[in-house]
Amino acid sequence: MSGYRLTSDTGATPVSFKFNGKTYQGVQGDTLASALLANGVTLVGRSFKYHRPRGIFSAGSEEPNAAVNVVRGDELEPNTLATTLEIYNGLEAKSQNCWPSVDFDVNAINSLLSPIFVAGFYYKTFMGTSNKHWMFFEKHIRKAAGMGEASVTADSSRYEKQNVFCDVLIVGAGPAGISAALTQAATGARVVLADENAQMGGALIGSTQEIAGQDGDGWVREQLEKLKTFDNVKLLPRTTVYGYYDNNTFGAVERVSDHLTTSEAKGKIRQRHLVLKSKKVILATGALERPILFGDNDRPGVMLASAVGKYVKRYGVVPGREIVMFTNNDSIYQEIAELGARNVPIKAVVDLRDTLSDYAAAVKEKYNLRIYHNAAVVRAVGGKALKSVILNNGETLTCDVLGVSGGWTPTIHLQSQQGDKPVYDETICSFLPGMGHQDYVSIGACKGSFDLSACLSEGGLAEVRVEDEPSLNILPVFDIETTKGKKFVDLQHDVKTSDIKLAKQEGFLSVEHLKRYTTLGMANDQGKTANVNALVVMSKERQLPITEVGTTRFRPPYAPVSIGALSGGEYGEHFRPTRRTPMHEWHLDHGAEMINAGAWVRPRVYKKAGETVTDAYIREAAAVRESVGMVDVTSLGKIEVIGPDAPEFLNRVYTNAWLKLPVGKARYGVMLREDGHVFDDGTTWRLEENRFLMTTTTANAANVLTHLEFLLDVIWPELKVKVVSVTEQWAGLAIAGPNSRAVLAKALHDVDMSNEAFPFMAVQDAKLGDIPVKVARLSFSGELAYEVWCPSHYGYAMWDQLYQAGQDFNITPYGTEALGTLRIEKGHISGPELDGRTTVDDLDLGWAWGKKDFVGKPLAGRDGMVDEDRLKLVGLVSKEEKAIRPGSQIVLSNAETTLGVSQGHVTSTTYSPALGKYIALALVKNGRNKIGETVYATYPLKNESQAVEIVKPHFFDPDGSRMHV
Amino acid sequence: MQIDCPFCGKRDQSEFTYSGDATKKRPDHNDQDPQAWFDYVYQRDNPKGAHQEYWHHTSGCRQFLVVERNTMTHKISSVQAVGDLNKGSAE
Ligand SMILES: [Zn+2]
Repeated sequence: MSGYRLTSDTGATPVSFKFNGKTYQGVQGDTLASALLANGVTLVGRSFKYHRPRGIFSAGSEEPNAAVNVVRGDELEPNTLATTLEIYNGLEAKSQNCWPSVDFDVNAINSLLSPIFVAGFYYKTFMGTSNKHWMFFEKHIRKAAGMGEASVTADSSRYEKQNVFCDVLIVGAGPAGISAALTQAATGARVVLADENAQMGGALIGSTQEIAGQDGDGWVREQLEKLKTFDNVKLLPRTTVYGYYDNNTFGAVERVSDHLTTSEAKGKIRQRHLVLKSKKVILATGALERPILFGDNDRPGVMLASAVGKYVKRYGVVPGREIVMFTNNDSIYQEIAELGARNVPIKAVVDLRDTLSDYAAAVKEKYNLRIYHNAAVVRAVGGKALKSVILNNGETLTCDVLGVSGGWTPTIHLQSQQGDKPVYDETICSFLPGMGHQDYVSIGACKGSFDLSACLSEGGLAEVRVEDEPSLNILPVFDIETTKGKKFVDLQHDVKTSDIKLAKQEGFLSVEHLKRYTTLGMANDQGKTANVNALVVMSKERQLPITEVGTTRFRPPYAPVSIGALSGGEYGEHFRPTRRTPMHEWHLDHGAEMINAGAWVRPRVYKKAGETVTDAYIREAAAVRESVGMVDVTSLGKIEVIGPDAPEFLNRVYTNAWLKLPVGKARYGVMLREDGHVFDDGTTWRLEENRFLMTTTTANAANVLTHLEFLLDVIWPELKVKVVSVTEQWAGLAIAGPNSRAVLAKALHDVDMSNEAFPFMAVQDAKLGDIPVKVARLSFSGELAYEVWCPSHYGYAMWDQLYQAGQDFNITPYGTEALGTLRIEKGHISGPELDGRTTVDDLDLGWAWGKKDFVGKPLAGRDGMVDEDRLKLVGLVSKEEKAIRPGSQIVLSNAETTLGVSQGHVTSTTYSPALGKYIALALVKNGRNKIGETVYATYPLKNESQAVEIVKPHFFDPDGSRMHV
Repeated sequence: MQIDCPFCGKRDQSEFTYSGDATKKRPDHNDQDPQAWFDYVYQRDNPKGAHQEYWHHTSGCRQFLVVERNTMTHKISSVQAVGDLNKGSAE
């Protein structure tokens, strides 16, 4: 209960919010962290492994401790950083990693058990013996460990995506970034300046340091106003650039309304995902302060020295009443000066060094500082709040905040992400960006230039006068020797110095192994405040310089990105375009239950009152065989093949012969991939001498077109042929059954439908009223049947008029289920059999094997492709009058139903009304030589198995007499 | 990544589909040697550095392009229409 707000900020707008069920007051502009500190809240969460109490550690996106769950109605947003979350009226947040509450956490007992929770503990204890062992423990461990709690309801927020192009992208709007933006803006370039914070200005926000005759805060505000006057500058505050990809492409998330109340945010998108592409890139991402390791350095109240400064400068919030600072460098004295300027007292400074620089001496003098030289904090004392710190001379200093500075780590995540190996720098004792291989420059603190005048001049503003600059003067001591307390390197993943030592003892020497074994740096903060200190510990253990210990590479994202932002508007039915046929509304009006077939929506069955899907498809299929039915086949792929060399082209592409197909005739064709497997099948119609209409399966339409384009463009440019997709241009239906001819004869004119004038496989033009149609006598069902095609915009009318014409014959519309039944009864292959692994012979299409050369022929002759034991297409009949489940495995004896060696699998199944039996198509090892044998179709997942007889795949009317009438 | 299509201009990579190694030459259509076809269909180098590959401008002009891309940096050093390339090699 120690933090407080400076009284000078009383003019601010109050904001009311809830944390862990309790209502607090903050002010507009607060983050959750600053508001909690102002309210004296020190405990914000429990640690990941040991459930130790944790407080606010930083004031930015590097925060390892203060990750909270934001509650929005039924929705939860886990792992939100209190240090970046802007408060608004009605905000509700709660702690993570604690149960039943942050004050009393049952799992805190883990802390007492910590000797067993060492590095590699999970692997050793729970995974070592057997997989079952792990499965038993896993759910308990996950519950105890988890990082926040995922929402169980769908995310109701809206997100959008945007592409942004610019000449210069500047990441980071601190002094260096702002200086660069002003310089670039003046050249007329299109500039984008992005910064993750709500307020731009970085370290200068609230600064009293003198720049060009005024204070830093005033100066930076003035520069930002100046930037706003440029039309060619786009400022993106609250925008985290999280990933740097090839060709100067960046991923970023702009938080549009996360800081607004529910009513203010209404109608607004929550976040916008940006893909930024820039010719030139300037990275001014700054640096993060680095802690020093000592005993129990994770106690609430121990925080980064710069964070203490930021809370005071930006938010007017002082984190504690008794502040002690601990440092190995001079930057802390600048923070102390800022505090001093606001009459915030410092109890003492513990400085590892023995002398003071002139700058530090001046600060000491001005604010009458008590400084311990050659001194170190060896241990922090406290539980849910800091009580005191113990120094290496044995002295105890009571305090409620310890500000720690172990120097600065340049924020080089973006540079490292795109592959530039960081370089260790002895002066700053940290890593600098390596040689860039893309077109970018690093400026300011991320390049190791920590003083303000360097930041400004690297951005381009060389002439600005800066007063009172401290240098870093760092003493490279980061790990304080101590016998008591735990020294945490990675606060978020609870990795201690002792874990790193253990990893080394057990032989995990390389940094990559160390990281995985201890999980150091693998939490969602990616070890922003931990990585470099871990290398220090490892380097000490291995007695090697840091440069030889190595470092890991950063991966995107720099900060967690919500899945919603990545998906944007592309979810649910907007995930991809939905393709509907022109007859869609008719189907819905006539009881159709629709089903997705790829991107298409097709009628599955047309249900009559009281019917199940099974009832409906059996009725539909039977009606086709008895009288006549009609089915929407618009979704078939359609490709026009045009040009004088079209016959030659088709002859090379299909396995069978095409040169002699007459105009007005269609032919069934099979095409292979270059590797010799069956690719697709369908009929192609010769409409004119040099014009063909190819149909493909619904699923392969796009792939076939690309295949043909590749062959024409790349392999045979000399062929005079063009191909073009006309799938969307034609609407089509199949009319099938003994009465199909009679229906068409009644409905169509300008055509002779007699068997002599319109033989099997003929294609003719006709008229349906005013509608021009193409009629092809083709049969997928094995019945006398025709396909009728018209320009798509006539589709509904064509369907409806043929339906009316068919009323005298009780014409029955049928869906994909009955379509499947009819083709399975005939042993016709479709998608499940065309699985990309079958050959022409496997599918019993040997008759289509041409003597000429065609795509795929040479490799189709390889040993494995002609092996006798390959899976061959056969039919199955249930011997138990039970439905055969698709995907069932074929085994030879009933004893093998769960453990047998699979002899193949079931591809397509149905009940056959024509046979009165449950039947299926299957691919069975050497199946054609097993006709008549009884095998078992087994489905272990459902504990199902049944005896089936292997038969020829042509179940019904095997000689095809019905379609030739 | 962006590819500068000679027909459409500079477009995002998402409009294109990678279509394989452009250094592989398909055997003559009437070639019967299975080894030659095996090489064409399956054997691929995995070069570090410059690599010629086919890209299909699927959501654009639907032409096949030969793109020279650095497999380490993804930097594209040249983009040519397959048609132009064929003309070049015929001369
Ligand atoms: Zn193009």
